[in-house]
Amino acid sequence: MEKRPRSFYVLTVIFALFVLFLYGPTITIGILSFQGPEGGLTFPMRGVSLNWFHELFQQQAVGDIWGAFRRSFMLGLMVMVTTVVVSVMAGLAFRKKFPGSGILFYLTIASLVIPSILISLGVGLIFNQLGLKVHWATSGFGSQLTWTLPFGLLIMFAVFNRFDKSFEEAARDQGASAWQTIRFVVLPIIAPSLIGVALFGFTLSYDEFARTLLTAGSYNTLPLEIFGMTTNVTTPVVYALGTLTTAFSLLIIGAFLIAAWIMARRRARLGSDAGKGV
Amino acid sequence: MKVTRETVTGWMQAAPLTVVLLGFLVAPIITIVIVSFWQATEFSIIPAFSLENYEFLFGSPVTYKVFAATFKYAFLTWAMTLAIGFTVAYYLAFHIRSQTMQIALFLLCTIPFWTSNIIRMISWIPFLGRNGIANQTLISWGVIDQPLEWLLYSDFSVILAFVHLYTLFMVVPIFNTMMRIDRNLIEAARDNGASGFQTLVHVIIPLTKPGIMIGTIFVLTLVMGDFITVRFMSGSQRANVGRLISNDIALLQYPSAAATAVVLLCTVLIVIGILLRFVNIRKEL
Repeated sequence: MEKRPRSFYVLTVIFALFVLFLYGPTITIGILSFQGPEGGLTFPMRGVSLNWFHELFQQQAVGDIWGAFRRSFMLGLMVMVTTVVVSVMAGLAFRKKFPGSGILFYLTIASLVIPSILISLGVGLIFNQLGLKVHWATSGFGSQLTWTLPFGLLIMFAVFNRFDKSFEEAARDQGASAWQTIRFVVLPIIAPSLIGVALFGFTLSYDEFARTLLTAGSYNTLPLEIFGMTTNVTTPVVYALGTLTTAFSLLIIGAFLIAAWIMARRRARLGSDAGKGV
Repeated sequence: MKVTRETVTGWMQAAPLTVVLLGFLVAPIITIVIVSFWQATEFSIIPAFSLENYEFLFGSPVTYKVFAATFKYAFLTWAMTLAIGFTVAYYLAFHIRSQTMQIALFLLCTIPFWTSNIIRMISWIPFLGRNGIANQTLISWGVIDQPLEWLLYSDFSVILAFVHLYTLFMVVPIFNTMMRIDRNLIEAARDNGASGFQTLVHVIIPLTKPGIMIGTIFVLTLVMGDFITVRFMSGSQRANVGRLISNDIALLQYPSAAATAVVLLCTVLIVIGILLRFVNIRKEL
């Protein structure tokens, strides 16, 4: 192995500082959420306790955290499933050129770059003018899709760019119909990548604030609830909530990574049945 | 134009995406444009054509100040995220040799991205506050006698939070394009006697341009449309266009909010239009 140039060490230090910069504040509030009952929002710690976590579970102390969490979780699942299904379908469509595909592509990119607050405002106005009630499961759901679908579609582009078309040809040569080819050849091959799309869909929705601000209606989602808390709660209970939601996010990523790993292993085990007399 | 079976299949597969985008992107934008020409009283909005909102918007010095602030935040954040993002991506792509290590370090950078933005913002408060870690450390080192007031609730903290939130949007596309650079090109540069720096300037940077452009589009549009970071990190003492809109919304002044939104939209689209001259997004995917 050749000797590392000096720039390597300089860059290693910069990278380490960057990671510290990314994690430092979150770790700080992680520590501060164990602040003693007398302690405040900053250091020094006055004892160590679970007091603020306990406080979080008291219904009257803060808003309806658990209701908000349930709604965000449900909404996240809805957005996740829809994102996976719609992105796969659109991904399949974009593999061949169809009339209008250019416009649709640019609309999707526009969806990604148009400021979130405009979606929120516009959807809110439409519902208002039509006399409909905004609700997280209708207007909120649709608004969030304008954020998750472009990401999903971009991942599908990356997936299909690396897709070996000879598998499909082989299926067709064996007499599979178009639907059979997708169902038994394409979908199983791309399945592990769909976990990525699902993870994006869920976490983007779970964390989305701006697009839900005017579209969630009278029942808050978790980010809206946290936002409300940060403006009027001045105790470390906010940090306790931050620590819990961060831990929950890590749990979700962990679950998705494990699922991806299991799928990859199963595929390695069952992938090729050539010559096994199946 | 001949409509084949294949075309119909394509349309059917693209239909759900189209429906969502028409309903929740195109229709809302059209509504905003329409409402921006409406009038409002304190109690209701009146659907009558008027240029009142725009006249007020362009006639007010506040507008220009706020737009200037928006550009300032966008530019400074862009410059910082580009410098950091390029360096980090370069390190991961060219200095880390094993692919496993590359993926591991890359994941390490993306994990904070999955946790709540608002939580990540408030986690700066114990750091930067008057009695925060930064001030206490500096005082105990004897660098300063009094706590620095400008650390929190200032332009500094706003831009810091932006960089913290959005650098990843720069790292990912740049890293992505760097990974696709043919390593033989770099070897060729070295064989021809280029120094590390020359290789960087004449080979790597030009080939990384598309990634830089995509990252730039992300960061600029996110910062220009933001209202929450500015509100939080400036302690409501600074404003950008996003905050102007959200303030109007809070006061139920929808037509006025819509007019500001239209101007913001045009600005963002112009900026993207200029950037797209440098890169063909579709080719990069």
